[in-house]
Amino acid sequence: MQSWRRTLESICLPIGAILVGLLLFGVFCAAVGANPIAVYGSIWKSAFGRWNTFQNTLIRAAPLMLSSLCTALPARLGLVIIGNEGALVVGGLAAVSIGLAMGTSVAPTFVQIGMAIAGMIAGGVWIAIAGGLRHYRAVNETISSLLLNYIAIALLNHLVGGPMRDPSSLNKPSTYPLAEVNMLSAIPGMRVHWGLVFGVITCVIAYFLMQRTTFGFAARTAGGNIRAARIAGLPVGKLTLMVCFLAGACAGLAGMVEVAAVQGAANESLNVGYGYGGILVAFAARHNPLAAVLVSLLVGGILASGGILQRAHDLPDATVLVFQGIIFLCVLYSDSLFGKFAFFKERPAPLPPAPPLKSPTVPT
Amino acid sequence: MTTEVTTQALGWWGVPLAIIAGTMRGGTPFLFVSLGECLTEKSGKINLGLEGTLLLGAMTAYGTSYLTGSPWLGVLAAGIAGAFLGCIHGWLSQQLRVNDVAVGIAMIIFGSGLAFFFGKPFIQPSAPQLPTFNLGAWSSNPAVQAALAVSPLFLLGLAIAPIMRWFFRSTRWGLFIRAAGDSPEAAKAMGISIFKVRLLSIVVGSFLAGIGGAALSLYYPGVWTERISSGQGLMAVALVIFARWNPINCLWASLLFGGAQALGPALQSVGIKEGYYLFNAAPYVLTLFIMIFTCSPKRSLFGAPGALGMEN
Repeated sequence: MQSWRRTLESICLPIGAILVGLLLFGVFCAAVGANPIAVYGSIWKSAFGRWNTFQNTLIRAAPLMLSSLCTALPARLGLVIIGNEGALVVGGLAAVSIGLAMGTSVAPTFVQIGMAIAGMIAGGVWIAIAGGLRHYRAVNETISSLLLNYIAIALLNHLVGGPMRDPSSLNKPSTYPLAEVNMLSAIPGMRVHWGLVFGVITCVIAYFLMQRTTFGFAARTAGGNIRAARIAGLPVGKLTLMVCFLAGACAGLAGMVEVAAVQGAANESLNVGYGYGGILVAFAARHNPLAAVLVSLLVGGILASGGILQRAHDLPDATVLVFQGIIFLCVLYSDSLFGKFAFFKERPAPLPPAPPLKSPTVPT
Repeated sequence: MTTEVTTQALGWWGVPLAIIAGTMRGGTPFLFVSLGECLTEKSGKINLGLEGTLLLGAMTAYGTSYLTGSPWLGVLAAGIAGAFLGCIHGWLSQQLRVNDVAVGIAMIIFGSGLAFFFGKPFIQPSAPQLPTFNLGAWSSNPAVQAALAVSPLFLLGLAIAPIMRWFFRSTRWGLFIRAAGDSPEAAKAMGISIFKVRLLSIVVGSFLAGIGGAALSLYYPGVWTERISSGQGLMAVALVIFARWNPINCLWASLLFGGAQALGPALQSVGIKEGYYLFNAAPYVLTLFIMIFTCSPKRSLFGAPGALGMEN
């Protein structure tokens, strides 16, 4: 059992890292001549300050939650998968194809279900490719999943620019738009669409799947020690493929949500940073799906504040990217601080201390 | 762009010519990044963040060249900017329990963020480009001349590859790096500081990757845009695996990738518009297939540094 001190440590360190990241970002702003206090104020106001603007944050947090699972689930298996963007793009493309094919011939609910399933299957297969290559060919899954991102974007550009192009979309090539009735509607009383509910529910399901089921236990065992898992008779290959499929399916669903609730068609706006943002969320949440919900709100807020930073402080839109990079680096550094603070250490239990192990030390 | 001029004048003969020219042009950034990554991985760490380094290098080179009027100063500045990112990566990735692949991902975001942030004002203006050696002067055809204009950066990369091989094989410092990468225990016994060796390898490797960025913005395609690097830094990491951590093989692999990259634009310029974006994906597909065929689950790769990717 984890003691409360350990639990507190694993909550405090990432939060501390984010605060330090915020501080360093302020230093960066000051260095390029912007007033850091005013920048903080603007971010707060545009991301969390008012209910009206907070909804913008929520709209951006929804795909982030789903996309972060694409990194967080395989991480439990010891895989670093960063194909979030690719899975999101192919998920969006598949959803649009099905949505356009089904048209208005059936009830909108069925069309939406069809789109969601198509998006999830496409995204799932996309990441399962990376998982399969890892297991059967020992191809580095990080590199292959990133390459799959570029291939997915090329596919998007190809389809949007040619075979699926709506001739009336001149400046920004898009596919034909989905029928209005087939779009995901807003949650009653809000501007936020149902994708947010999908995101939260999926994260909760993912948490229970990984923490409370035999499947999750098997996956975590294989991630902890693959040799031991093989000896215990766990089907490591099947686990890898299934976890990767589920991970990709989440990102594919994010693509479907973006297409069916925000864009209304597939175009280059599909790859606007939910991929990298999702990776950041997964790492900052320490690959815990429940924590990912909260971190998504934070990163969604950062993304939502991009516009105001540009307008009010004359900072380029890449400021958001720098901000994310700084926070990511701080979060990674905080991993090395575990066990460094005396306050979080377990108090000596009544047990007699074990005899110190003599390990062979190498003279330096 | 010059490639288009080439092929319009020569018709279908332009395609192989454009690919040869593209091999040299497009291969140059691959060459520098892969040599940098080779050096880094020999010391036992992976630097996935070279994509960000490449972008920051490209922006710094272009900006410096524009502001000072000297492209060579731009190349130097690009290297220094790369080394700066290398310092962060080298220090952070060697902290306890910090995963070097994760740091690489963060560095891609951070590096490209910095490049886009400071590069905004340089998208419009045109900066002085690096001079080229015109090996095509014998031909009266301007298209051939344009295709055979070879950059000194390419020749520099050609020279660095054998030098690096000699460095690994025959010098004391090369031995230190190989020891740190293959067997940290042995390196410790030799009295080497693994931290310093790896830090230096990462910093110098990032310096080279920064110069690779300069090749993008000051040679080919010779502009600064936010889409100038599309995964070259990342493909270079795969390329080093393909090249079995051998600098000479890195050279051949870079040329192959440069050629693959030139395929899309070359075909487009002779009028094949169909599937332009799909041809642009050729290098990624090629990388993926190369990795599928060269990796094997049964044995570890021949030539791989023994301690590559191990926990700190």
